[in-house]
Amino acid sequence: MSTIRRARPAARRSSVRGRLLTTVLVLPAAAWYAILLISPLVIVTIFSFGVRAKNGGYAPAFVFDNYARAIQKSEPFVLSLEMAVAGTIGCLLVALPLAYFIATRVRRRKGLLVLLLVIPFWTSFLIRTYAWLLILGPDLGLAGRLQALTGADKVQILGTPIAVMIGLIYGYLPLMIFPLYVTLERMDRTLIEASKDLGAGRWATFRQITLPVALPGFVTGSILVFIPMMGEYVIPQILGYGRTYLMGNALVTDFLEARNWPQGSARAVFLIIVMIVTIAGYVWFVNRGRSTRDVSVL
Amino acid sequence: MTAPAIPAVARLRRPARRRGDPWERVVNGWLRAHAWLVYLFLYLPIAVVIVFSFNSARAATADWEGFSLHWYGVALDDDVVQTTLLNSFIIAIPNAILATVFGTMAALGLQRVGRRLRTVFDVLTYMSVIVPEIVIALSTLVLFATGFDALNSAFKIKLTLGYPTVIAAHVLFNLSLVLLLVRARLAGMDRTFVEASADLFATPWRTFVQITFPQLLPAFVAGFLLSFTFSFDDYVITTFVSGPGSSTLPLFIFGQVKRGVTPETNAVATMMLGVTLLLLFVGQLVLTWQARRAGRRGASAMSEIVSQSAS
Repeated sequence: MSTIRRARPAARRSSVRGRLLTTVLVLPAAAWYAILLISPLVIVTIFSFGVRAKNGGYAPAFVFDNYARAIQKSEPFVLSLEMAVAGTIGCLLVALPLAYFIATRVRRRKGLLVLLLVIPFWTSFLIRTYAWLLILGPDLGLAGRLQALTGADKVQILGTPIAVMIGLIYGYLPLMIFPLYVTLERMDRTLIEASKDLGAGRWATFRQITLPVALPGFVTGSILVFIPMMGEYVIPQILGYGRTYLMGNALVTDFLEARNWPQGSARAVFLIIVMIVTIAGYVWFVNRGRSTRDVSVL
Repeated sequence: MTAPAIPAVARLRRPARRRGDPWERVVNGWLRAHAWLVYLFLYLPIAVVIVFSFNSARAATADWEGFSLHWYGVALDDDVVQTTLLNSFIIAIPNAILATVFGTMAALGLQRVGRRLRTVFDVLTYMSVIVPEIVIALSTLVLFATGFDALNSAFKIKLTLGYPTVIAAHVLFNLSLVLLLVRARLAGMDRTFVEASADLFATPWRTFVQITFPQLLPAFVAGFLLSFTFSFDDYVITTFVSGPGSSTLPLFIFGQVKRGVTPETNAVATMMLGVTLLLLFVGQLVLTWQARRAGRRGASAMSEIVSQSAS
């Protein structure tokens, strides 16, 4: 790439005007990142060592109490982690057969089926989430029907972790399907033929050809799904009635209700660090023993 | 859930597979049934909201009482719906324009800089996607609150949360999205045209207008529409960085949901779905039209871009 670029006549004239143009092109984006991405994260990191001011907010200090408390009271974090891991696995179980079906069994209507996956992904997350209130709710909803059917006193789905889990899987499913589909679609079909010709059974072929091919898609998909699940706020608020207390809820409580900015900041920094370490470790684990690194974060 | 019948002819044509046929049929049938169920799962909530927005009943959870547009009238007459809808547009349109222009500019600019600066941008782009939305939202709120306090007391001015803060926060995320889309497109672009254009003594500007821009258009359109939709649908960032006068339609819906869904909520939600689906359709039309002009086949271009942008 770089040799081609260097050979371009336009780049050869690295005149003052050329450099000015480059700066002008990159400057707005750079400014945005500096002001709205880096500086908030820097401020939060600084605040995480401070103490709560009397009326709430931040007062300068240099203590580690906030981190100690964030780790001591880590129930929301642990619960978030459990939900996110379970949700990622759930998404995989739902997405893999579908992606495999569209990639290998459908011929003419592929475009239509993919478009049908894009539409829900494109529509409002909030609306798709609250719709489950109607579906799972009492009276006409699933809980009401189950109650009438089983004759139980009270069937409650909303406000439980189950409702939150359904919401999580539903909300992020497309993000797991797309990468899986893209990798399976690109799969070299002759590999499967070759495997069968060499006498491998269906299971052996699936395990030794299809799964390794789908792996990069799975890694991408699980990262795309896991991250937002870890910080999810809307779903536990709406479908969990705020009772399934996840990391997102804890952060909002810290910052807005307790107005303990240093405590919230420490929690946020802790979350970011754990997430970066998890993702880096995960990508490394999946790629170990491979000569080429064919998994990017996105 | 019937297993699809495999035509007998096909079975005869492939004698090698005959032994495994029943198993193959079971697997295929299961895959097909699974696919149907997933599509049902994906569309059931959307269908419920749309169908019940036409229910004449007073409560959203009530049985079907008859078709009526009553709740659309109620929703459109509602002052709060009108203001929040207007706010949604006031925020989403400038956001989409800024994100698309700045993102494209940066993508073009990054072709002209050294490897180190490009890596810095890569890290920043991925970071704005990796850091959970709620963390970005809250830390941006802390930044605005702290920054405005300092500026207000230093210069005796009154900066507060409002449209600009929401737009600025939305642009951050969408900028990264456009940047990724346009860079992917640039990487897959045929450079020979650009070189030919330069060899034929076209000015760089002319080369950009006639060669680069048309090739970038799909990414451009997709980036604009994704940015608009993200902003139009966003709840988490908007709720924390908006002021009293700048709350949007999703904030209204969230408030209604917390108090109990009404048929009016469903009507508002259906109209919101209509706006975003219309945009998806328009985007598809633009892309098909552009592809036809360029002599290419452009079927389902939009869905390809969206599904691939996610990976």
